[in-house]
Amino acid sequence: MMEGKSGKRSFSGFIEELSGASFVASIASILVGLLVGYLVLLSTNPSNAAQAFKALLRSGIADRRSMGQVLYFATPVMMTGLSVSFGNKTGLFNIGASGQFIVGAYVAILVGVRLTAVPGQFRWVIALLMAMFAGGIWGALPGVLKSLRNVNEVISCIMMNYIGMYTVNFLITKTVFDPLKNQSLRVPTEANVPKMGMDLVFRVGNQTSSANGGIFIAVGVAVLAHIILERTKFGFELKACGFNKDAAKYAGINERKCIVASMAIAGAMSGLGGALLYLAGSGKGIDVIDVMAQEGFNGIPVALLALNNPIGAVFSSLFISYLNVGGFNMQLYNFAPQVIEIIISIIIYFSAFSLVLKTWIRNLVSKKNKSRVVE
Amino acid sequence: MGDPLSHCASYCRWPMETIVEMSQITKRFAGITACDSIDLDLRKGEIHALLGENGAGKSTLMGVLFGMHQPDEGVIKINGAPVKISSPSDATRHGIGMVHQHFKLVHNFTVLENIVLGDESTKNGFLVMKEAREKVLAISQKYGLMIDPDSEVSSITVGMQQRTEILKMLYRDNDVLIFDEPTAVLTPQEITELMKIMRGLAHEGKAILFISHKLNEIKEVSNRCTIIRKGKKIGTVDTFNTTPQSLSEMMVGRKVSFDVIKAPPNPGQVVLEVEGLSVASRLTGKNLVEDASFVVKEGEIVCIAGIEGNGQSDLINAITGLGAIDSGSIKINGHEVSNLGIRSRSYEGMAHIPEDRQKHGLVMDFNLAYNLVLQRYYESGFQKAGFLNYKKIREYASALIEKFDIRCANGPATIAREMSGGNQQKAIIAREVDRKPKLLVAVQPTRGLDVGAIENIHEQLVEERDKGAAILLVSLELDEVMSISDRILVMFEGKIVAEADPQKITYQQLGLYMSSSGSAQGAG
Repeated sequence: MMEGKSGKRSFSGFIEELSGASFVASIASILVGLLVGYLVLLSTNPSNAAQAFKALLRSGIADRRSMGQVLYFATPVMMTGLSVSFGNKTGLFNIGASGQFIVGAYVAILVGVRLTAVPGQFRWVIALLMAMFAGGIWGALPGVLKSLRNVNEVISCIMMNYIGMYTVNFLITKTVFDPLKNQSLRVPTEANVPKMGMDLVFRVGNQTSSANGGIFIAVGVAVLAHIILERTKFGFELKACGFNKDAAKYAGINERKCIVASMAIAGAMSGLGGALLYLAGSGKGIDVIDVMAQEGFNGIPVALLALNNPIGAVFSSLFISYLNVGGFNMQLYNFAPQVIEIIISIIIYFSAFSLVLKTWIRNLVSKKNKSRVVE
Repeated sequence: MGDPLSHCASYCRWPMETIVEMSQITKRFAGITACDSIDLDLRKGEIHALLGENGAGKSTLMGVLFGMHQPDEGVIKINGAPVKISSPSDATRHGIGMVHQHFKLVHNFTVLENIVLGDESTKNGFLVMKEAREKVLAISQKYGLMIDPDSEVSSITVGMQQRTEILKMLYRDNDVLIFDEPTAVLTPQEITELMKIMRGLAHEGKAILFISHKLNEIKEVSNRCTIIRKGKKIGTVDTFNTTPQSLSEMMVGRKVSFDVIKAPPNPGQVVLEVEGLSVASRLTGKNLVEDASFVVKEGEIVCIAGIEGNGQSDLINAITGLGAIDSGSIKINGHEVSNLGIRSRSYEGMAHIPEDRQKHGLVMDFNLAYNLVLQRYYESGFQKAGFLNYKKIREYASALIEKFDIRCANGPATIAREMSGGNQQKAIIAREVDRKPKLLVAVQPTRGLDVGAIENIHEQLVEERDKGAAILLVSLELDEVMSISDRILVMFEGKIVAEADPQKITYQQLGLYMSSSGSAQGAG
């Protein structure tokens, strides 16, 4: 019928068309999100709304220091976003990023503070690797349960979040506790992730930002994840399992191994995210309170906005971080932090409509193609 | 049944009043014209068959009538008045009902709940089932549609599910009933039952549109038949005056041989050896396969015949590695494989055309190229040091698409889900056959396909046999069993009850083995 002509349409052309629709949809939904966010601002405090909205939009690029802060805040959510994306690509919903994140963070701090036998410039590398290992185990456990006993990973991941949070709180008080601040001890400066020149670029006068080499590591991981998923045999197997477990099994792929491997990699990514945040040299420590690490959950909208694409996660995490930096500055205009959180959530929420918009755009395109055929 | 005069009588008794008239219907999808100026008229009290190959446009045409697609051109008239049908609920309002090939039932609802779903009678916001129940029971009595209104759909047979679908249409007082390939999922007994029901419905003045590509059924049950080929109407004929041969010629556009042409088999070494194989049900502990022993040699087609659900699937799962075994041994090329994984069996030269092509055969969201290398992506050439070679994969896929005439909109980049069922099956067969298997396990490879495609698949199987492959075929179609196999094994209640030579056994004898205990071992 029609295979002759269109059969020649190139593979890359197809990919381009697809990503084009996705890109346009993401941008359009972000615009819609911003618009709705502005309307909410107007409704809460009309007199300051315009200025606050300007702050929200402009603070992130107001000066180099702010830009650095955007990079600093983006790093951990980029990692958890990658973690959630990676799980989704293989058909698993990794809602356990929070637990993996905090476990990784704790191990990194422990190594950074206590492994004084190793000089600082090597210690951070060991800390990151150990954090990945710990996060990987935290992720792999639900994977093992799923592959052996078909335990729903969502349930076991949520449980692992609580176990992770309480265990880390307990272990901090036993090993690296700062009772004055009720948080973990500070990692010595030399054991932090090197600045890699970021402190020189992103600063205003003497005021440095918290930007550091961690962002390079996170972007590197995103590229690596993309290569694994799109270019390798291993990624092919993971995706086959994700789309259709039965067909993967039929093709001789060990689907149990795939589930465990995918969860372990996702866990390692979250764990690395935890390490990158607490070894950033910003003086932040883990507070010993019964609240789960929000960075883990923020990975979910990052993945959602990125349509589970690892490269997309880089941009969506930057976007969310940008909003956070802007939101911080909105406090100048008498907006309560809670209202700012609401605004940011609304923007993210509406931005997630990109999937709906994508389908809509593709339908529009196909309709246009159809009318062309009719002519 | 089968007496042409009986349905002619019912056909002639009713006035030839046209109820639906579709004229010059054209429907285009991006790039394809699925229906090209098709005319169709449907009369009260007739069974009108719609015949065509997979992808010929039958389902699209019916989709237009049922409001699922909007025609780009053309008019639909119902009882002489032009109507616009923009949704299935519109169609229902105009008295048009449809039984889809894949039933649209809610599995954890009862039969009765499914029938009233969407058309519930309520009182003060509460459901009133009593009247509905009476109406349903009255209809089921009138048309002989045996159902149990309080059974959950998940626990009833496919035949009863279909009757539930038919009752759904009748409950809404539909006069035009569309059946989309209703026999594809039924056992022979259920097919006979369905034909009886359809005749009864026509007798009561309902107009029935019957989509099928099974010529015998069309010949048996329909009054008239409209043939569609590649989106164009070829003609409408009185079924009574035509032969299956001429119907198939009109459908495919060339002469189709119903007999498989093949040389006598030339069996060589034993490839597959199954010895005392038993598989127990994990739920009941009952043996689904019991003490099965047989061999398949190079260059022969061994067919497992039997009525669905007699352990064929469990036997095949055990051989291919999809399921576990409880006792016995399975050897491929003399190597014990019963404890090995699927990949290892693949290495031994086993290929498998699975029963459920969408569940096992394809990753529906992968593109065609990925699906075509699903069993080979790990071979050197397609990957190097863990990295896939996309250029090679694409080239290979394009070659297979060409060689096996797989019709797809975007070549190797076509997503499998967007392909027609027949072409999905072609893709699976291309993938499995091209691996040059020593053992080819094919489970109902022609199910749901049209005669042209079936002929093609049979040719492929015979060709593989002649190249020296050992072929184990599972089929529920007696015609297929008799025409293609070199040896027949009959399965009944998990046991292999007979081994027969297709040259020497009759349909009747084979039917007896399939339905009764194997009192006579080794006939032929």
